[in-house]
Order: sequence, then structure tokens, then C-alpha cells
Amino acid sequence: MLKYIGKRLIHLVFIMFAVSFLTFLLMYLAPGDAAAKKLNAQGVAVSEEVLEKTRESMGLNRPFLVQYGDWALHALQGDLGESYKDGFPVAGKLMKGLRYTSILALTSLVLAFVTALPLSILTALHKDSLLDDITRFFSFVGNSLPNFLISVLLMYFLCVRAHLLPLVANESVKGLIMPCLALSIPICGRFIRQFRAEILEQLGKPYVSGATLRGVKQRYVLKSVLHNSSITILTIVGLSIGTLLGGSVVIETIFRWPGLGKLAMDAINNRDYPVIQGFVLFTSTVYVVINLIIDIAYSWIDPRLRETGGGS
Amino acid sequence: MKKRVKSREHLRRRLILFLVLAGILVVISLAAPLICPNDPNATSAADMNRAPCAEFPFGTDRYGRCVCSRVLMGSRTSIYSAVALVAITFVVGMVLGMLAGWYGGFLDSLVMRLADVMLAFPQMVLAIAVAGILGGGMGNAMLAMGITGWTLYARLARAQVLALKEEPYVHAARLSGCSSWTVLTKTLLPNMLGPMLVTAATQIGVMMIGLAGLSFLGIGVTEPQAEWGSMINTSRAYLQLAPWAVLAPAVATIITVMIFNYLGDCMRDYLDVGVER
Repeated sequence: MLKYIGKRLIHLVFIMFAVSFLTFLLMYLAPGDAAAKKLNAQGVAVSEEVLEKTRESMGLNRPFLVQYGDWALHALQGDLGESYKDGFPVAGKLMKGLRYTSILALTSLVLAFVTALPLSILTALHKDSLLDDITRFFSFVGNSLPNFLISVLLMYFLCVRAHLLPLVANESVKGLIMPCLALSIPICGRFIRQFRAEILEQLGKPYVSGATLRGVKQRYVLKSVLHNSSITILTIVGLSIGTLLGGSVVIETIFRWPGLGKLAMDAINNRDYPVIQGFVLFTSTVYVVINLIIDIAYSWIDPRLRETGGGS
Repeated sequence: MKKRVKSREHLRRRLILFLVLAGILVVISLAAPLICPNDPNATSAADMNRAPCAEFPFGTDRYGRCVCSRVLMGSRTSIYSAVALVAITFVVGMVLGMLAGWYGGFLDSLVMRLADVMLAFPQMVLAIAVAGILGGGMGNAMLAMGITGWTLYARLARAQVLALKEEPYVHAARLSGCSSWTVLTKTLLPNMLGPMLVTAATQIGVMMIGLAGLSFLGIGVTEPQAEWGSMINTSRAYLQLAPWAVLAPAVATIITVMIFNYLGDCMRDYLDVGVER
């Protein structure tokens, strides 16, 4: 077990090394001169002399690999540089944004999960019933709706037409309703489809018919079914974190929610490259680490994996 | 037994229905310039935010442009770019995956590690960053989505090749003196194309949503080119005055994505292949 976690951690180090390299490369290849961008973002008049000075102070005259090494070493110590726009440290901005994004993302995830799980169990047990058809239709529609579209439609029907909710999200429960719905509806649709498929597959296995024939109550059979589906369900939830992080950029921009996504979008509009760089590195790290934790959780769920030391 | 046959017939009919619907969408987008009631880019100060009427079936936006014409022209951007993106990532991913699976060794490690790294980025996060840095334009938006998109097909193709590699007929082909190229294209490809194509079909809707999302954020297609995502974005400030300018492209997006998603589902059910989703 420890060996397995160790192996995964080494793999994680390699992945994060490659991720950070690509992130840095992306900004390095970005069109335009970084010094000019920094001065533009600050609104300083650009002369050749000032440019040269800024380039020198930013270390842009050094070779690419040296620049990367320097940046990566600082990043490891939690220093992601300073914003071109206002000179505040990027890491601090990200931490501030993380708080808001986690409120939004976690609420949406929980909302999607607690809706999807009971519905998928019910529809899997009563396959092809009316409830199944209705749920299947709505989960299909939910899965086909882009989150920005849901937001705009919710805004139109709930704010413009019905005047029920505020247009701009605030930390009150009322302000969180629309962004959470917009973020969780597509994910919920996908959850229901995938959970249902997995539970149906488990229900078709011989141990279920065996237990049912022996007269085991459905409640207990269901418990084993859920236990056996939990690895797949966890994987699906883990993968949805990526969707949540990407979706939060759109949702936070629409509802002016001061999280990571809005920070990133503002940075893109201001050409504030260190912030974009920090955002990509930070969200990828969060995503990778969460999925690592889920991988390790597999062996906690399924003791067989502890012996062989491999995840499914 | 009889029921099974019947349900397959049912699936076939459903598949044809959605193929026809998708075909109609493609025809509409092809014929868009011919059936536009008005010039999609003509602005008019006199016709700003007009409600739907005979002249403007879906009303006009804040510049007085005909929403109906713009939705029709936007269908080209949305459908073509999504299909083209899926086609390109499909080919690139499949070729890389097949080569990796067939030759193994260093090439295999290289391609698969690269795929691993790409999968470490949440797809939309990387796409937003790439498109944001490169600046607008559908080409850049497609590049941004494609950077991670190919990995799906590469992994699938590799797994298929690895599974099929040891089949007797592949051994037979090799022993009869076929070159690697011939085995890969003539023997393996036809056997793995079905599931691969189903995956590609299910991805069209996903890519459409992604590209529309980038355009919505203002880092995909930019004005004045008509695209549904950017139309929704630029018109949403006028939601109270001119809701039709938002609702028309919204409905168009929903219908199109749903038809393509249903098409993918029907293909999967019809071919009855377990596809990773």
C-alpha cells in the first residue's frame, strides 16, 4: 500500500514537472514582449530605454531554461510572481479566489451528487419505468446544455421575468442559487447517466441474482451494489472536478463571483500573464492532487487493490 | 429472440432519424447565405432591438442586425468548427495511438506520457488559457480545445491495437509478409474504426459546447462574425430590452447540441459497443 502511494507520488512529481514546464512554455511563447506587456498593463509609456531596463529587471535576457528554473523554484516555494497589473503577489490573489471558487464548486458538486445518486439508483432499479424515461430525458437535456446558456436562461426567467433573484451573485444563499444551478445542472445530467449505467451493470452481475434468489432483502443487495459501484462513481466524481474548474471560469464571469475563474478571465482581458500562469498551474495541481487522493481511496474501498498495489 | 430483433430495428430507425436531422442541420448551414432573410452584418440605427416581426423573424439585436440571419450564419461557424475539430483530433489521436500501440517502446512511452500530462490539465482551463493568450479567432479556439482533445482517441486507438495485435488474423497478415503499414491500415483499422467513430460522434456535441463557451467568454470567435456563443454574450446585457437576441441563438445551440448528442448515443446503441465516456 505504502509502496503504491510512493509510486503514485513519484508519478505526480513528474506530471507536475511537465505541467509546470508546459505552463511556462505557453507564456513564453505568448505573442509580444513580456516587458512591454507588463508596462502596458501598468499603463506606463513605453520607451526603448525603459523597456530594456524592465527586461533586465525581469530577467528576460536570460536563457529560456534559466528563466524556467528560476520560475519553478519560486513556484515551489509558493511564489508565483507578481501581477503585472497591480504588483500584488499572484499566490495571494489565487488563495483569495480559491475560497470563493471552493464555496461555489463544492456546493454545486454536492448538489449534483445528492440529486444524481438517489435518482440513478431509483431509475436503475425501475428500468424503463415512467420515472426512468423522464429522468433520462432531463439528464440528457442537462448534459447537452452549455453552462453559460443555463446561466443566461436562468437570468432571463428568474431575474428579468420573475424578479425572484439578484443578478449578481453574493454570498447569501439567494445569490448562490443561480451560479450553483448553472454549474451543477450539466454535471448532474452526466452523473445520472453514468451512475445509472454503472449501477445497471452491477445489477446484472451474478452475485445480485444469487443474493436475490437466496431471499436477501433488496436493501442489503443494494448495499453491496453501491459498494461495488463506488470505485466507478468516485472516478466519475473525480473527473467532474475538471469540468467544475473550467465551468467556474464561465459562471464566475457571468455572475461576477470573485473566485479563481473571474480572476483568470480578468487577467486574460488585461494580458496579466503571471496571473494566468499561476491560475493554470494552480488549478491543474488541485485537479491532479484530488484525482491522486481518489486513486488512493480506491484501495481503501477495495481491499484487493491493497495486496496488488494497483489502481483500476 | 424476436424482441431483440425488433429492438435492433427500432434502434436502426432511430439512428436514421437522427442522421437525417443532423443532415438537415448541415444542409441549413450550407444554404445559410441563400435562406437568410436579411444581411447578417448590416447594422441599422432605425431597427435597434426590434421585436420579431415579418421583416425580422427573430427580431434585431442592439445594432439593428437581423437575429434570424445571424443565427443561420452562425450555424456554419458552430457546426463546421466542431466537426472539423473532432475530425482533426480524431485523425491525429488515432494515428499517434495506433503507432504507439503497434511499435511500443520509446514511441509508446512518449505518446502516452504526453497524453498523461495533457490530461493533468482540466480541459476547459487549459483551453481558456491558450485561447486567451493567443487572442481571439476560431482557429486559436480550435487549437486550444484540440491540445487536450487528441488524447481521448490516442488512448482508445492504442488500447484497441494492443488488444487486436495478438489476434490470429493479425499474425497471419504479418506472416504473409505484409508491411506494418499494410497491417495497420488494411487489417487493424477496419476492425477498430467502429468504436472510434462512435466516440468521435459523441464528442461533436462536447466540442460544440466547448467552442461556444470560449466564444461566449470573448476568446473564441469575435464580432462581427456570427457565432452563437458570442451572440449570446454580446446580447445578454440587453436581456430585458431584447430577449429574442439571446433566446434565438440559445435555442439554436440547444437543438443542435442535442441532435448531435442523440446521434452519438444512437450510433453507440446501434453498434452496441462499450465506449468510454
